[in-house]
Amino acid sequence: MTFDLTKYLEYLLVMAGVTYLVRAVPFILLRGKLTSVFWRSFLAYVPYTVLSAMTVPAIFYATDNMLSAACALVTAVVASLMGRGLVGVAIVACVTVLGVDGILMLL
Amino acid sequence: MFVNFQKGIKDGLPIGIGYFAVSFSFGIAGSKLLAWPFVTLISMANLTSAGQFAGLQIMADAAGTFLEMALATLFINLRYSLMAISLSQKVSPSFTTGKRLLLATGITDEIFAVSMLQKEKVTPIYFLGLSTLPYLGWSLGTMTGAICGQILPTMVTNALGVALYGMFVAIVVPQMKVHKPTIFAVAIAIAMSLAFKYVPALSGVTVGFAIIICATIASLAAAFLFPIKEDESSGAAEPAADVTDKVKESEK
Repeated sequence: MTFDLTKYLEYLLVMAGVTYLVRAVPFILLRGKLTSVFWRSFLAYVPYTVLSAMTVPAIFYATDNMLSAACALVTAVVASLMGRGLVGVAIVACVTVLGVDGILMLL
Repeated sequence: MFVNFQKGIKDGLPIGIGYFAVSFSFGIAGSKLLAWPFVTLISMANLTSAGQFAGLQIMADAAGTFLEMALATLFINLRYSLMAISLSQKVSPSFTTGKRLLLATGITDEIFAVSMLQKEKVTPIYFLGLSTLPYLGWSLGTMTGAICGQILPTMVTNALGVALYGMFVAIVVPQMKVHKPTIFAVAIAIAMSLAFKYVPALSGVTVGFAIIICATIASLAAAFLFPIKEDESSGAAEPAADVTDKVKESEK
């Protein structure tokens, strides 16, 4: 992709503008409480469904070969199940990719 | 007043350190697409993780549109609206409309969670202090990651490129462990996301819309079948607090 400064700035403006308004508008206007259990539940699930949809299958294309990326996903899930925190899990995933790519290079 | 600011700075330190690490991997991801000042500017203007990352994917997609960018950003960041409403009831009367407009950018999962844990009302000066280090950590982490992404060899940046996904896994999996219905929601989201990628009839849908559709349907289905009761969770506050725990934990 060739870099287009105007397009980048327009995208940035849209992104930053919407992000700001999503925070600021309810902060100044809505001082009541959201009572609907359904919509509260919906919003509580959103972060997890968004992150899942963004991770799979995109992670498979984050490295030069799918094998190392798939291994990284597996080790990340295992590390997380074992109770590692954000940074710990990220390090495990990175080391897995380095290891698998390294082995593949030697083969 | 200065004491409040100092307390905010102190409370914000662990968040700032955690943010540095997360945004470092955002910087690496961004460096594959943009020069480092432009990647850094995205972080400085947004202060969101998932929202920015989706934005980056939409920028990279030649077929992406402004409407898609606006809708994806709106949807992914919608939880901040819920937090803003909750926070609204927790702030002191000195938090005037002008100060709210200035400080609204500080409403992130982790800053919100720490604010809500305060025993007393949240003052503007405390909130400013609390937001300062996370903002700096987020911006500097992105810059460092983006610069490293441009100078490190491909093999290393490939490895670092999965770091952000690793962190996403580290947010989602623990919640699946403690709250079984989340497994259902995540399974639907992943199944649909795979369908958008690999089913030829659906592969024309651009990445931003695919994320919106997957997450909306999965969250609606989960909210319908497994509503979260008030005592079980205080809406978005629970997952947010969970992330804060992770950030604190990762610092040890």
